[in-house]
Amino acid sequence: MRLCAFYLLLIALSLTGCSSIEPWVKPYERAHLADPIMNFDRDPVSGAYMTHVYQAREAARGAEGGHGGGCGCN
Amino acid sequence: MAPRVGTVVAVGVTRHIPAWLVGTALLCCSLAVLAGVLPDDRADALYHSYDGGGVEITGPSLMVLKKLGQNVAVNGNYYVDSISSASIDVVTSGASAYSEDRIEFSGGVDYLHGNSIMSLSFTNSSEDDYEANTAGFGISMDMFGNMTTVSMGYSRGWDTVMNNLDSTFSRDADRQNYKLGLTQVVTKDMLLELNYEGITDEGFLNNPYRSVRYLDPGGDSYSYESEIYPNTRTSNAVAIRSIYYLPYRAAVSGEYRFFDDTWGIDAHNLKFVYTHPLQGGWLLEGNYRYYTQNAADFYSDLFPFQGAQNFLARDKELSTFSSHTIGFKLSYDFIKNGWRSIDKGKINLAWDHILFDYDDFRDLRVVTPAPGDEPLYSFSADVVQLYVSIWF
Repeated sequence: MRLCAFYLLLIALSLTGCSSIEPWVKPYERAHLADPIMNFDRDPVSGAYMTHVYQAREAARGAEGGHGGGCGCN
Repeated sequence: MAPRVGTVVAVGVTRHIPAWLVGTALLCCSLAVLAGVLPDDRADALYHSYDGGGVEITGPSLMVLKKLGQNVAVNGNYYVDSISSASIDVVTSGASAYSEDRIEFSGGVDYLHGNSIMSLSFTNSSEDDYEANTAGFGISMDMFGNMTTVSMGYSRGWDTVMNNLDSTFSRDADRQNYKLGLTQVVTKDMLLELNYEGITDEGFLNNPYRSVRYLDPGGDSYSYESEIYPNTRTSNAVAIRSIYYLPYRAAVSGEYRFFDDTWGIDAHNLKFVYTHPLQGGWLLEGNYRYYTQNAADFYSDLFPFQGAQNFLARDKELSTFSSHTIGFKLSYDFIKNGWRSIDKGKINLAWDHILFDYDDFRDLRVVTPAPGDEPLYSFSADVVQLYVSIWF
C-alpha cells in the first residue's frame, strides 16, 4: 500500500510541473560527475560478486545500491 | 555433490543465496545507469576465487549487455560457484569434506521511455539440493532537470530446498523484495544516494543439514539436535552513499548501511573507497569495509538442554560477529581509442582480505574439559577477481 502511494506521488510530481525546478548544477557543469570514476557501480559484474560474497556470510541483506541514478549528465 | 551420504551430520558451508537476491543484483546492474539513458554495450568476463575458513570457491561470471535499437537493451549473465569445503561446520560435525557446483543463469530487458527505464529480469539458480527462480520488475526515472533519479523495484522468488541425505525431503520458500532508491546531484562534484530495501521470506528458511549443540545432563559433554528456524522473516535495510570528486581527478566515496529484521538481528556497515587514476590508462583503487551484527534471538553456541526453545540456531552467520575488509584494485585500459569493433577494453585485478571475529561462536576443534570453554572462532579469507571488460 505504501509502495503504491509512493508510486502515485512520483507520477503526480512528474505530471504537475515539478520537473520545472531549476537545476542548481547546470548541464555544462557536470563534467566531473560524468567521469567514470564517479560511478557508484563502475563494474557491475564485480560489484554483484562482492555483494554475493558478503551475503553468504552475513545476516544483513539488501540496499546494497547500484540501482538507479547517476549524475543526470548525459 | 553436497554432503556425502553416510555422514552423521552434514552441514552446509555457505548459506544458500536465493536466486531472488542474485536476481535483484542483476536488476541493480541493469538499472545501474542513468535513468533516461540506456547502458552502453559491454561484455565482461570475470574469474573469481574465495579462499578462507577451509572453503575454496572459484568460477567464472560472464555478462553481456547489448542495445537493440534506441529503446531496448538486453542483458544476460552466466555465473558458476565451484565449492570445495572443509569448513569448521563440516569438520566439527564429523562430515566429509565435499564439493558442489551452483550454476546461475540470468537475463533481463531494459526499455527506455522518455526519462524512464523499465526493467524486467529473471534468474535461475541450480544446485543438486537447491533450486531457485526469481522474477523482477524495476523502474527508474530522471526528475527535476536530471538532478534527481528515483528508482523502485519488486522481485519475487520461488525456492525449493532439498536434502541429499533424504531423497523424499523437499520444502518451499517464497521471497518478496521491495526496493526504493534516490540519487541526487548535490554539487558539481558530489552525488548522494539513498536506498531502502524490504524483504519478506516465508517457508523453509533453515539449512536442512545444520545442527545445534546442547549440554547433556551432568554438564560435562554435549550432543546435537537439528536447527529449527521460524517460517517467516522480514527485514529492512537503509543505506546512504556519497561520492566526491577531488580537485586532482580522483574520487572518494563513503557509505553506511543499517539493517534489522524480525529475528532480532541489527547490523551496521561502513565502507570507504578511494579511486585514483594514474598516467597511461592505469587506475588504482583502495577500499576499507567494517561490518558488525548482533545475534538472532534464537541463536546460541550451546543450549542448556535438548529442546530448550521452540526455535534453535547455531549458524555462525546468525551469531554476534564483526568483520574488517581491506581491498585493492588495479585496472588498465588496454584499448583506449578503439580497435576494430571494440571501443574500449579494460583489464582488472582485485584483491580483498577479510577478517571475521566471532563473539559467541566457539571453535569446537579445540576440546576442553567443560563444554562452552572452547576458544572463540575467527578466520580470514582472500577474495581475488580477475576480469576483462570491453565496450563495443
